[in-house]
Amino acid sequence: MSFLDLAAQNLVSPMVLFFALGLAAALARSDLAVPEAVAKTLALYLMLAIGFKGGAEVAASGLSARMGAVTLAGVALSFLIPVLGYAYLRAASRLPAADAAAVSAHYGSISIVTFVAATETVRGQGLGFEGYLVAVAALMETPAILSALYLARRSGDVPAGEGMGALLREVGLNASVVMLVGSFLIGWATGPKGLAMIAPFIIDPFRGVLCLFLLDMGLVAGRGMREGARHLKPPVLAFGLGMPLVSAALATLAIWPMGLSVGGAALFITLAASASYIAVPAAMRLALPQARPAIYLTLSLGVTFPFNLALGIPLYLALAARVGT
Amino acid sequence: MVQTHLKKRVEIVLEAPALRRLIDRLDAAAVTGYTVVPVLAGRGHEGSWRGEGLAGDAGRMVMVVCITDPAKVDAVLETAYAVVSRQIGIVTVSDVQVIRAEHF
Repeated sequence: MSFLDLAAQNLVSPMVLFFALGLAAALARSDLAVPEAVAKTLALYLMLAIGFKGGAEVAASGLSARMGAVTLAGVALSFLIPVLGYAYLRAASRLPAADAAAVSAHYGSISIVTFVAATETVRGQGLGFEGYLVAVAALMETPAILSALYLARRSGDVPAGEGMGALLREVGLNASVVMLVGSFLIGWATGPKGLAMIAPFIIDPFRGVLCLFLLDMGLVAGRGMREGARHLKPPVLAFGLGMPLVSAALATLAIWPMGLSVGGAALFITLAASASYIAVPAAMRLALPQARPAIYLTLSLGVTFPFNLALGIPLYLALAARVGT
Repeated sequence: MVQTHLKKRVEIVLEAPALRRLIDRLDAAAVTGYTVVPVLAGRGHEGSWRGEGLAGDAGRMVMVVCITDPAKVDAVLETAYAVVSRQIGIVTVSDVQVIRAEHF
């Protein structure tokens, strides 16, 4: 299927349409809202479900040398992407070092919700994928934060702040990493039998819950765009749309020789092209409090996430069809 | 008539990601207790914020209320300021009357 066909099909999927509903409602200043506790529960559910299913698939398929290579490629990309992003932002947008580092950290890390949405697109095409990509996703969350902090501190404009040890503990034990890795390990330990036991909870309602969560994402993104758009100058906006494509190209080159399945390659490219909006913003508030959340949150959630959801994922799937096996 | 005693009420409105750091420092300081309260929405120097719909902690604010003896208030303020000075937040101090003086 061509990119245009995939994009057309994707744009009328319930996931994208619920996101669009939330976005439109927020821009129109509707009082539609998802309570904070519900949003957190939905996010935990999605991470539990995707982590458990990934672990169960690894239990069924076993470990392989390819798994190690893909993991290394993912971690390397997470370290590298912030370096490229930071260099562009400092040169083209003149953002202060702290803002440029914080924004680039978001793009080196990953968005688990973009990943989850991509798994549904992949499954919708009748494709499978390697379950261990869930673990790769969890491992790609943190290296970008370290890269960005190194870049910020090297600039000399950013004070040292709290110790790196405390920050690493807070980032490494953040809720999304613990939930994702924990569920993956439980899924791995209990295997397909464990998956069958809780399938009515984590498989059947999955798409409906994802739609509700994407409605909430649309509401938050719309609110952010309404209030934060003025902070996004054209070079920064261009970064929000262009950096996912650069990252996707790097990821495609990285996995070309590895022989991933088409579905797996699409998900790996999606991971590299996505931008964090849960783990990294919280880490940046602690590590680089002088960086402005109005820039990095609005860009990640209000620009890159909708782009990836609507057009990026079909594009990455089309790329994967050329390099996957 | 019930006798009351003068104490200080320190209110700290703070970004949710920094809450643990503040609480760790308050635990290590000479305070006898505190209460953490969720807050819904507001507006400040950095613009407006709302907790609704947020799956992560960034963008959310919380309030920590600490009642303390006037003799200890400077130590509590130094503890709070060590965290809040780098973050988005507000620290206020007011006089309050309590019934059980020995609790603070």
